[in-house]
Amino acid sequence: MSEILLQIDGREVKAREGMTILEAARSAGLSIPTLCHHEKLNPYGACRICVVEAEVSGRTSLVASCLYPVEKNLVVRTRSEKVDKTRKTILELLLAHAPDSPALQDLAQEYGADKDRYEKESSFCVLCGLCVRYCTEVKKKNAIGFFDRGASREINFIPEIASKECWDCKECFPLCPTSYLQAAYELTEALAFPRHCFKSTSGK
Amino acid sequence: MPRIKTPAELEEFRKAILSKRDPKRPCIAVCTGTGCLALGAARVVTAFKEEIKKKALGTRVDVVDIRETGCPGFCERGPIVVIYPEEICYLQVQPADAEEIVSQTVLAKKILDRLLYVDPTTGERVVHESEIPFYKNQMRHLIGNNIKIDPKSIEDYLAVGGYSALAKALGQMTPEQVVEMVKESNLRGRGGAGFPAGKKWEFARKSPGNPKYVVVNADEGDPGAFMDRAVLEGNPFSVLEGLTIGAYAIGSHEGYFYVRQEYPLAVENVTLAIKQAEEYGFLGKNILGSGFDFTVKVHRGAGAFVCGEETSLLSSLEGKPGEPRARPPYPAVKGLREKPTNINNVETWANVPLIVTNGPEFLTSIGTKGSTGTKIFSLVGKVNNTGLVEVPMGITLRDIIYKVGGGISKGKKFKAVQTGGPSGGCIPEQHLDIKVDFDELKKVGAIMGSGGMIVMDEDTCMIDVAKYFLNFLTGESCGKCTPCREGIRQMLKILTNISGGKGKEGDIELLEELAQTTRDASLCALGGSAPNPVLSTIRYFRDEYEAHIKERRCPAYVCKDLISYTIDPDKCQACMICLRKCPAQAITGAKKQIHVIDQEKCTKCGTCFEVCPPRFAAVKRLSGVPVPPPIPEEARMIVRESKQK
Repeated sequence: MSEILLQIDGREVKAREGMTILEAARSAGLSIPTLCHHEKLNPYGACRICVVEAEVSGRTSLVASCLYPVEKNLVVRTRSEKVDKTRKTILELLLAHAPDSPALQDLAQEYGADKDRYEKESSFCVLCGLCVRYCTEVKKKNAIGFFDRGASREINFIPEIASKECWDCKECFPLCPTSYLQAAYELTEALAFPRHCFKSTSGK
Repeated sequence: MPRIKTPAELEEFRKAILSKRDPKRPCIAVCTGTGCLALGAARVVTAFKEEIKKKALGTRVDVVDIRETGCPGFCERGPIVVIYPEEICYLQVQPADAEEIVSQTVLAKKILDRLLYVDPTTGERVVHESEIPFYKNQMRHLIGNNIKIDPKSIEDYLAVGGYSALAKALGQMTPEQVVEMVKESNLRGRGGAGFPAGKKWEFARKSPGNPKYVVVNADEGDPGAFMDRAVLEGNPFSVLEGLTIGAYAIGSHEGYFYVRQEYPLAVENVTLAIKQAEEYGFLGKNILGSGFDFTVKVHRGAGAFVCGEETSLLSSLEGKPGEPRARPPYPAVKGLREKPTNINNVETWANVPLIVTNGPEFLTSIGTKGSTGTKIFSLVGKVNNTGLVEVPMGITLRDIIYKVGGGISKGKKFKAVQTGGPSGGCIPEQHLDIKVDFDELKKVGAIMGSGGMIVMDEDTCMIDVAKYFLNFLTGESCGKCTPCREGIRQMLKILTNISGGKGKEGDIELLEELAQTTRDASLCALGGSAPNPVLSTIRYFRDEYEAHIKERRCPAYVCKDLISYTIDPDKCQACMICLRKCPAQAITGAKKQIHVIDQEKCTKCGTCFEVCPPRFAAVKRLSGVPVPPPIPEEARMIVRESKQK
């Protein structure tokens, strides 16, 4: 693997080919906030909190640092007016779901996000997918999955699998950034009211 | 049918087909595209068949052909029938017309005036398709053959020169030369983004990895758009030929048609075209003796709009949920099953045989510097001639709407044209003279998109339009990334509030902020372009947003929470028409008693406004002002002067 030289926040950073911007930045001691990223899991690029400005041959765009591969002469800005503004809006959108999440509150403070900017949404899940991906990629059980799409997308345990696999695992609970209430709630519902769980896939 | 083994054999076979065909032999071509089928074209075909059978005894009618063709475009006036060899074009043909058409037109060579197109301005009747203004101002290179061929007959396609481009590419050109030729033609992707097809091919060709794949993106999901459907239903061969040439150029031996499930006829015709190509030797091993092997499979999409986005399409093709992947890596590097893949839209592929046969100048001689060739649009909305149109790039929007489309229907005023599907932009009157060109459209806040073109008249509320498209997108976003899922959700909420009379100061700015984040931070192009309907309507119709928010007024009288209907007591003649037609029984009154609308019961459907005789014009629309109190009961009797005497 060859070495790639890129610039992050004005600093020359050495990275290996195949690394993402996030990995390169962290290896250089620079921090980029993340929500849906987890070291044991494949990069997912869903929460978009980790967006940075990437400049390639004169053209600048916002990219998800957890997915974007490093390349030669890449110039990255992890903080800029645009990056901060975007992160603030994303946080406000997520806080409409989970205003009490400590992870979101910490970031909200840093980026000046107002948790009451948007009307509250009924589900406190922010669909980071950590529980789903952990169950699939690490535990290889597929006891929890995404249902539906768009604004109706949600997570649900699959009762037939969950009733066999989840009782002594629950490793996904502490991964949940909106406190493990969401996962616990969904699991309870799946086990106690399996039929209702299937019916409710089109939005609660 | 034995396989055709060489280009020379193909030419001989073509000659044999043509020699069997008498150009003077009468033929009744009936459009059996989805639009005409919905209007009863299948019954028309049956009626013609029966008629010919009936007349067959002792006459020469048994030598009449009936051809069921794809869509020629003039869907507004379907079912469409063209009688050859004279090329007489009949519109809105019904099964009952079959007898007369066969006896009068086919046999006696007489033209039936009542079935011809009548020019609304001059009142003149037009006999030939090419003289109808709707067609006259088009340039139909891609869909022009639709009425000439039966999409289920490869021999029909060969008769109009089909597969000569493939023979030329395989027999006389190297793959590099084909790529170069497509690059020179400046063909840009017709799926929406307008990326140069030749460059994309070159990336895929040079990208290391084996096998390589080529894919036809036929997951046309824009509401109101049916360009790809018409091409696939009417001439699937041209797309397949283009794909095969592309595969040769890129070095791929395996291709896919990703067709949406909701297009059953397109799926059927493409599947048949592939089967026929395999039989005739245009697919399979050692095609036309060139040593090149290529196979194609059809994959049906399961109904997700986002799968029109190339990376989602690839995920779906692999059997995974239709969710996008981040780019880079681009499909040319890591596409289907992580192998180099080239995806182009139906229309892009259909252009390829034309380029190979006629040279790159065929495209560069048409259009603008940045956008060459023709473009198919589905022209819909408030225009007189709705349908499928193919026009040269560089034509102005005004010409499309007024010359091809015949202007705004019912004599109304033009307000905006929306190009590019749900994530396109609305273009107002002041920009109607811009040219149809990928870059020009982008400059005014719209996109070429895949070719949807929705014309809106003065009765359209732009907030309502933005709301409609965002409502579509909120259900069609895959929901994976925050900006797209939550951004669209919140924008839709704000728009719903504005149109519901609950708009607040600062809503426009909030919409702009959300739009920016959604556009800049989303994972794929769906989120990236989703804010366009909001941004373009704010850009050109900000005053309408302000009227809704500040005055609680909908200038187009569309948003039901902001309008009311009332009856002017001075004008009402107590004719009972509105009272009888009101579906909510919200109008009280009687003969000689002035009618009054019960605002509590009124559903604001507008029926009373439409049915009130224009000479009375007693029903009024109100918006932004309070409804006047109803006329007192004692003043409601109408005392006619004549009766008084």
